[in-house]
Amino acid sequence: MFYREAGQFKTSYASDQAIFPILQDRIGIAVILVAAFSLPLYANDFILNAVMIPFLIFALASIGLNLLTGYTGQLSLGTGAFMGVGAYACYKLTSIWPDVNIIVWVICSGFFAAGVGAIFGLPSLRIKGFYLAIATLAAQFFLEWCFIRIAWLYNYNISGAIEVPQRTVLGVIVTGPRATSETRYIVVLAIVVAMTWIASNLMHGRIGRTWMAVRDMDIAAELMGIRLLPTKLMAFAVSSFYCGVAGALMVFLWYGGAEPAVFNINQSFTILFMIIIGGLGSLLGAYLGAALIYILPIVLRFVPEWLGIPIHAATVEHITFMIVGVLIVFFLIVEPAGLARLWSIGKQKLRVWPFPY
Amino acid sequence: MDILYSIFIDPFVQMAQAPDLFVQTLWDGLVGGMLYALIALGFVLIFKASGVFNFAQGIMVVFAALTLVGLHDAGVPAFLALLITIAVMFALAFTVERVVLRPLVNQPDIILFMATFGITYFLIGFGEYVFGGDPKVMPVEDFGLEKGAYNIKMLGGLVSLQKLDIVAVIVASAMVAGLGVFFSKTRIGRALRAVADSHSAALSVGISLEQIWVIVWFAAGLVALVTGIFWGARSDVSFALEVIALKALPVLILGGFTSIPGAIAGGLIIGVGEKLAEFYWGPLVGGGTDAWFAYVIALVFLLFRPQGLFGEKIIERI
Amino acid sequence: MRAPDTAPRARVGDVLLSVEDVSLSFGGVKAISGVSFDIRQGEIRAIIGPNGAGKTSMLNVINGFYHPQQGRITFKGRTRAKMRPYEAAYGGIARTFQNVALFRGMSALDNIMAGRTLKMNVNFFWQLLRYGPAMREEVEHRRVVEEIIDFLKIQEIRRTPVGRLPYGLQKRVELGRALAMQPELLLLDEPMAGMNLEEKEDMSRFILDVNEYYGTTIALIEHDMGVVMDLSDRVVVLDHGIKIADGTPDEVKRDQAVIDAYLGVAH
Repeated sequence: MFYREAGQFKTSYASDQAIFPILQDRIGIAVILVAAFSLPLYANDFILNAVMIPFLIFALASIGLNLLTGYTGQLSLGTGAFMGVGAYACYKLTSIWPDVNIIVWVICSGFFAAGVGAIFGLPSLRIKGFYLAIATLAAQFFLEWCFIRIAWLYNYNISGAIEVPQRTVLGVIVTGPRATSETRYIVVLAIVVAMTWIASNLMHGRIGRTWMAVRDMDIAAELMGIRLLPTKLMAFAVSSFYCGVAGALMVFLWYGGAEPAVFNINQSFTILFMIIIGGLGSLLGAYLGAALIYILPIVLRFVPEWLGIPIHAATVEHITFMIVGVLIVFFLIVEPAGLARLWSIGKQKLRVWPFPY
Repeated sequence: MDILYSIFIDPFVQMAQAPDLFVQTLWDGLVGGMLYALIALGFVLIFKASGVFNFAQGIMVVFAALTLVGLHDAGVPAFLALLITIAVMFALAFTVERVVLRPLVNQPDIILFMATFGITYFLIGFGEYVFGGDPKVMPVEDFGLEKGAYNIKMLGGLVSLQKLDIVAVIVASAMVAGLGVFFSKTRIGRALRAVADSHSAALSVGISLEQIWVIVWFAAGLVALVTGIFWGARSDVSFALEVIALKALPVLILGGFTSIPGAIAGGLIIGVGEKLAEFYWGPLVGGGTDAWFAYVIALVFLLFRPQGLFGEKIIERI
Repeated sequence: MRAPDTAPRARVGDVLLSVEDVSLSFGGVKAISGVSFDIRQGEIRAIIGPNGAGKTSMLNVINGFYHPQQGRITFKGRTRAKMRPYEAAYGGIARTFQNVALFRGMSALDNIMAGRTLKMNVNFFWQLLRYGPAMREEVEHRRVVEEIIDFLKIQEIRRTPVGRLPYGLQKRVELGRALAMQPELLLLDEPMAGMNLEEKEDMSRFILDVNEYYGTTIALIEHDMGVVMDLSDRVVVLDHGIKIADGTPDEVKRDQAVIDAYLGVAH
């Protein structure tokens, strides 16, 4: 009823090229943003710390991978390692220059991940599909090995793990064990929202079109003046930048410390599954997929408990694996464009409701 | 200079000084490589016949072994357990065809590839749910296989060959030979190859895609079972093997996706290469190189010879 | 349609592209051997021949997708060595494909906008913000693209993902995408394959209009002889990778070698 675009006429190409051309969508986004930023006022620590912060971080990593896999069509299994590069870069930067604003270092660490990502993206000029996926496995295992063997990266700690030092921004403690979950949540939210906005800008403009052109038909793209190598490398770099920032956020604003196993191949798969289920080539899909895959185990753990059925933590993990496996096959068969597509179908239905024809 | 010496000269000096150690490392590498080759063989079978790049092959190895050991631990006699496991692998092939492959006929390769991720995860969850997540021991003696080793005096030292490894080499060779004959000489084998070339063309000459797919997935399941038994005998059976199973992927890059000899050669090269590299050069960089050696070799190959050792060069057409 | 001319008309100018003694083979199989011809500014040049004559390979050579083993190609007075396809695009060569090669996941509008890529140059920083110069550029090119959309009469399918369009419209969008590059030389690979009569007439009209209004030089491969004879100024005929005739449609029609090639007389 209320979801109509009737009466909203575009008078310029600029307004027609807007990212949310329909007024109701713009209102919806505004409401969500206000709700998200005011969440600390009424949510408890558990919701912020164990649900929202990880959800946002996974969403950011999923956006990163989606830029590469969903938009540019380059399958990568090295996401976990690229996140690790971000995390270790941030750790080293703040160890060497402790006085610089930690948020600056979190963002900067993305550039290190971008550089590494671009190097491992080089084979993408000659190979595609699962060949490329295997090439990115080289990145995954090699970088993971570096995180373990290069002691300089974790400041020669005996444990081999990194521990996040306390850092303040404008007098407020942002990282370390004494940072409140409210502060960390707001910082994560602000970074994730800003980077989502930037990703959306990129994808709606020339760069997004060239990436999708390479994904859909690389030969035709090249014959239209799109140079493949720079385009793909840029996709690798931008994607890894996002993953790197997500990795830095994960360690600095969620875990508070990390060992190399955090960035192993399973992390890569988790992110990949988020975008398959959420929707390849959709920013909204990255959020939906992250929500589904991250929140599913939490629901599985707590719902039976509330119902009075005790369920073993290991069993939860096994069931989660099974459900995720089934969901992947289900979405690939039924709706390869994922949850995001279901959402847009729903929106379309709403638009023409109650007369579907 | 010291670095150059320790990279280019010292390892070879060591090899010459202790030839028995060198032979031992070589043998260990060969056996390890053969197990990679066997996993890769399962990939090749499925890829050749259905064009599906089955990421779940490594997991099928673990799943088969886990089923076998799980049944045996539950008190089922060894050979009955073996039969039931074979039946389970058939059921798996049948289910995969019905639930995953059939609805995805003629989808892009990459979609099918990702669907096998789904199978992988389901099998991990299912296997652990049914049989539990802790590592298990393969009861090799109950299958009529002997443990222990032959110690051979040679080159001024001792080289020890595990009896199990020798049996594994023999069985693997027999299986590869059998598959070779099957593909080139039998009617079903030729039909399998026809399906690989083009799904729709195979359909139009009356080959049943469904049956073929069940057959190759079952065959790959049997290869997985054999691999799983020998692998399980060398280490414990658990899904931690998954990471090792992934090494079959670089093996495929070396050998090409459609070549059985390629899979074998690739497996052996990677197996021997990573053992030698770790033993003689690993200490220079702090060890643990076998975690990535295979992948980096594959990466180099991808850059300079993407079609693998035995593959044909692909000409792109528009 | 027009009566076929016997002499090149005034709108046809100097040689735009010349192909000299080009040979191309794939691992021993000769696709093209020793073919020479030229394309003049402003003309519609047809390349015809039976299946497997090497026509598409010829287009692939012209826009740099294949590299001939022998021969020279001179475009706009510059003889070029090995060239990547994107360089051809920058030089002003656009093309459509035998099997429609649209970007299937994108809307018709985005496909045609993608054709403007090489004319867009606002830097990455503004792209990140999608503001100021980036937005101005976007709108400016949208205007050009809308003209093409009007010209091809595909306004109502602007927002439709091209994968869902019927074949005839896909071909039209593909032409639009090539036009968006504002090429000097437009290569059309069987623009009317698989079309019904009405669609063919529409497409012929578009091709003539492109040639006339934008002055674009066109080289096209086509199997429908009626279309070829009506549209083109000059025709080159290939058979088994060899040029067997070259001239105006009338000359070619009367050429004995051509008749033999099409009727399959033993050589």
